[in-house]
Amino acid sequence: MTAPTRRVALKVLGGTLGAGAFAYAAQPIARWAAGVSLEETLRRHYKELTREELAQILRHIEAQTHETYGVEVQVRDLPPQEGVSFGYALNLSLCIGCRKCAEACHVENNHDRRTNNSYIRVLEMEQGSFDMERGQVDYDHTVPAPGKYYMPVQCHQCDNAPCVSVCPVEATWKERDGVVVVDYDWCIGCRYCEAACPYHARRFNWSKPEIPAAEINPDQGYLSNRIRPQGVVEKCTFCLHRTRRGQLPACLEACPTGARVFGNLLDPDSDLRWVLEHKRVYVLKEELGTKPRFFYFFDV
Amino acid sequence: MTDPADPIRLPDAPAPRSMAEPALTYLRFLRRAIALAFQGSWRFFAWMIVLSAIALVGMNAWGHQLLRGMQVTDLSDHVSWGLYIANFTFGVGLAAGAVMMVIPAYLYDDHDMHDVVIIGELLAIAAIVVCMGFVIVDMGRPDRLWHILPGIGRFHWPVSMLTWDVVVLNGYFLLNLHIAGYLLYQRYLGRRPKRRWYLPFVFLSIFWAISIHTVTAFLYQGLGGRPFWNSALLAPRFIATAFISGPAFVIIVLEVVRRYSSMKIGDGPSETLARVMRITVLLNLFMLASELFTALYTGGAHASAVRYLFFGAHGHHGLVPYIWTAVTLNVASAILLHLPRSRADRRWLLAACACAFVGVYLEKGMGLIVPAFIPSTLHELVEYAPSMTEWKVSAGIWAFGLMVLTVAIKIGLSVWTGRLTAQESAPEARA
Repeated sequence: MTAPTRRVALKVLGGTLGAGAFAYAAQPIARWAAGVSLEETLRRHYKELTREELAQILRHIEAQTHETYGVEVQVRDLPPQEGVSFGYALNLSLCIGCRKCAEACHVENNHDRRTNNSYIRVLEMEQGSFDMERGQVDYDHTVPAPGKYYMPVQCHQCDNAPCVSVCPVEATWKERDGVVVVDYDWCIGCRYCEAACPYHARRFNWSKPEIPAAEINPDQGYLSNRIRPQGVVEKCTFCLHRTRRGQLPACLEACPTGARVFGNLLDPDSDLRWVLEHKRVYVLKEELGTKPRFFYFFDV
Repeated sequence: MTDPADPIRLPDAPAPRSMAEPALTYLRFLRRAIALAFQGSWRFFAWMIVLSAIALVGMNAWGHQLLRGMQVTDLSDHVSWGLYIANFTFGVGLAAGAVMMVIPAYLYDDHDMHDVVIIGELLAIAAIVVCMGFVIVDMGRPDRLWHILPGIGRFHWPVSMLTWDVVVLNGYFLLNLHIAGYLLYQRYLGRRPKRRWYLPFVFLSIFWAISIHTVTAFLYQGLGGRPFWNSALLAPRFIATAFISGPAFVIIVLEVVRRYSSMKIGDGPSETLARVMRITVLLNLFMLASELFTALYTGGAHASAVRYLFFGAHGHHGLVPYIWTAVTLNVASAILLHLPRSRADRRWLLAACACAFVGVYLEKGMGLIVPAFIPSTLHELVEYAPSMTEWKVSAGIWAFGLMVLTVAIKIGLSVWTGRLTAQESAPEARA
């Protein structure tokens, strides 16, 4: 065999082996691509959908949930109410750190069961200190513990929200009633918002959320608690699927001490306005200029 | 460029016989250039096969990540960016650093540098390819990439710094693709390149190089909730480190080219780049000291990330080995570069470059991205150590980038040294 033919033979052999290795290595990508639905990939941004298109998508999601979990759910898109601007206040003198709010959030919002996800984290703080560095989230003892107070933290629905500014594709925005929402079908999963949020309010779906069919909350909102896809960011929406039709957030209903006050900032007769006008109120990390709609106060 | 003595120069405007002829000539150039990627010595093949294998392992790992979700990484809601974004950041610096060949070549008329400047431009292209790779593997939904295309998706410009990064990185990619492509193609045709078709782009690319790394720094330093990044010194440090890693890498590449190709390269370009590094390594150490002083002397919660990074906190020390290795290598490179031996003996210079390159890689990658998340914004201390998937995917992207660079330089040098020209191939077309 002459040198050039040997060379050619080697190249053909190498090329074949290479192509085989490529085909083998690309298998998982091919399997992933086969599972990506074209309809979902080409779905437009929430704000660009007509009411009819949106209605069609809602039915589609319901059908899909039925197919996957065998559960009848209702996915709605409730618009913000006129003359309503939501705010939330939390009485630190009453909070006992029982984490019932975090639990209720977990159930209400169809969170991943494996990670025990929730939009609320409760910090056990040292009496006489605002230093979160000295706080604990993974306390495991009877509450309230002596010498401690408790500070639940969730999305502050900032009026100057860094998470909204940084999103490169406008997948997250502020609604007219003050709630910051995410279009789960538009988010590209870059997690820049997670880096930008000063309150650890955002969560990423590191895997497809796992929920037993029997535990699925069938009352779902397109922009809130519907079962999220894998690879997108989610957050607290003040339970807008409830609050936009006059109900209270799940975390408030679960609170055994009445530490939580939710309401309309524009209604002068609301409990919330009374708290803001009569209590010593503060917001978390005010110096960052994020203008939260979530207020803390003490009962003194 | 400046080679009036080119013996095989064609007339400036040969009359095309048909409208399609220039296009056909160009396609023939592309075909012959690509064919070069499949020819070479056994060393070349061995190198490319090893890189291909690593790239395939990476691609496979990424596939698993797509299927199972990013739970296969060690990232969490506490540390939501890690190895991928660290590599991305370093890659942007590498791309920007390549401009340190362009500035002497075009602004200061350094003729030795002019002869090899094409390598810098090709490095910029390969580095941007690497950056784009790391952005895509970090995305939870790469299938929705089109959402970020201006005009087609919803481009949140000018508010989101990430959209600025899309603009400047793609702009820099296209600029260098045009400059390198135009110069090489004209050389292939044996024509003198027209200054108006490349010089304005070259000068634009110099500003653009600074902008890509400034914008990338702004991406981080504009976040008020992350005190570790929220420092005006971040962008200057990014530029300084870019002008360490870029020149260091180019010096090593020049040595490889010198050793394994027929291209004659003098000591001039390497020495010029080493002179740049002698300044930037010190500048970077100075800025590091300044940041450390501010954080540690002031103390308090704003310094907790720095304390965790350098000394560990509450029994967690995950990043301590990374950062002290980085500091040690950076100091070592500064010492080596200032020893007279590094001027006389190329091996010393290469050792200094290797130290500087790895030092900056560790400092700017794991040492800069991860500690901003530890402790988290609610001051929880959750550590992060890249998973095997992350290492595989990252190695795969770097391997692919090196393949792009190798092929680009191989084609570039073949054209540059006159081994690949339109003349020999075109008797049938020109007859």
